[in-house]
Amino acid sequence: MMKEELFELLLRLADDHLVLGHRISEWCGHAPTLEEDLALPNIALDLIGQARSLYTYAGEIEGKGRDEDHLAYLRLEREYRNLLLVERPNGDFAHTILRQLYFSVFMQAWWREAVASTDETLAAIAAKAVKESVYHVRHAAEWTIRLGDGTEESARRMAAAVDALYRYTGELFETDQVTDSLAAAGVAPDPASLKDEWDRTIAEIFAEARLELPDPRTWQQTGGRKGFHGEEMGYLLAELQYVQRAYPGLTW
Amino acid sequence: MSKETTPLWEVFIRPRNGLAHRHCGSLHAADAEMALQAARDVYTRRGEGTSIWVVPSAQITASDPKDKDALFEPTAEKIYRHPTFYDIPDEVGHM
Repeated sequence: MMKEELFELLLRLADDHLVLGHRISEWCGHAPTLEEDLALPNIALDLIGQARSLYTYAGEIEGKGRDEDHLAYLRLEREYRNLLLVERPNGDFAHTILRQLYFSVFMQAWWREAVASTDETLAAIAAKAVKESVYHVRHAAEWTIRLGDGTEESARRMAAAVDALYRYTGELFETDQVTDSLAAAGVAPDPASLKDEWDRTIAEIFAEARLELPDPRTWQQTGGRKGFHGEEMGYLLAELQYVQRAYPGLTW
Repeated sequence: MSKETTPLWEVFIRPRNGLAHRHCGSLHAADAEMALQAARDVYTRRGEGTSIWVVPSAQITASDPKDKDALFEPTAEKIYRHPTFYDIPDEVGHM
C-alpha cells in the first residue's frame, strides 16, 4: 500500500529536518561571530520550514487528522524516524559544520532528484527545498575548507569531527521496503543511488580542506529510521515538546 | 577573534527593481566569499536584492569633509553646467 509508505517517508524526512533545525537553533547567540550567528539560524529556519511542509503533507496522507504540530510535539522518541546523524549534539563549531555538510550534500542530491517525483506535492516541496540546500552546502563547504586548512587547532578539531561523525553517514544511504517501493514508483529517489555522488563531493571538499578521508570500512551506526536513537534524543524532545506537554491542545 | 582574521567589508546591493548598487552596510568576514555569504544572510534575506558587491573597507578612499567647499561649492552657481533644459526622449529610458 503506497500511501503508508509515502507517509513513512515524509515522516522520516520531516523528522530529519525538524531535529537538525532544532539542533542548529541551539547555536542562537553562541556562534563564533555575529555574521555566523545570523547564518546558522537562517539555515535552521530553512530546515524548520521544510519540516513544516513535510509534516503537513504527511498528516494529509495519513488522513487521521494529525497536523504538523501534532506530529512534531506529540510523538515520543521511539516514534521519531530521523537519522542518528542529525540528532548528534552540536559539539564545537567544527562538529556542527561537518554534520551540516554531510546532511546537506546528501539532501541537495535527494531534492534535485525529487523535483521529478511522480507525486506532485513532493515535487513542489523539493523544488523549493533544493534551492535552499544549495546554499546550505555552500556555507558548510566553505567553513569546512577554512577550518580544515586553517590553523593547527582548527584542523585538529575538524579531524576530530570527521572521526566522530563518519559512522553516522551510512544511514543516509540505507534502503528498505519503504524506499524500494517508492523508488520503483518514481515517487522518491533511491538513497543508495546517491552514494557515489555524495562520496565524490565530500572527497573534493576534503581535498581542498586538506582533511583526510575517513576509512570507508568504519563501522556504521544505524537505528534512527526504526526509532532506535542515541541517548541525547530524549533530552532534545523533552526540551522541544515541554510547553505542548504542559499545556496541551491550545492555540498558539 | 582579531581584526586581522576578519576584516571589515562594505556591502553594496542592487535592489530587485533597482538600477544601481547602493551601499547598505558593513560586516566582518574572513574573506570575500564569506563576506558575500554573510551579506546574503544579513542584507538580502527578505528578497531585497538581486546582486551583491562586497569590498574590503580598507580599499575605499573617501573624500575629506574638510574639502567640502573646494570640491562641491564651485558647481553651485554655474547654471550652464546643469543640463536641466533638455527634454529626454522616452526611448532613451533611464539616464
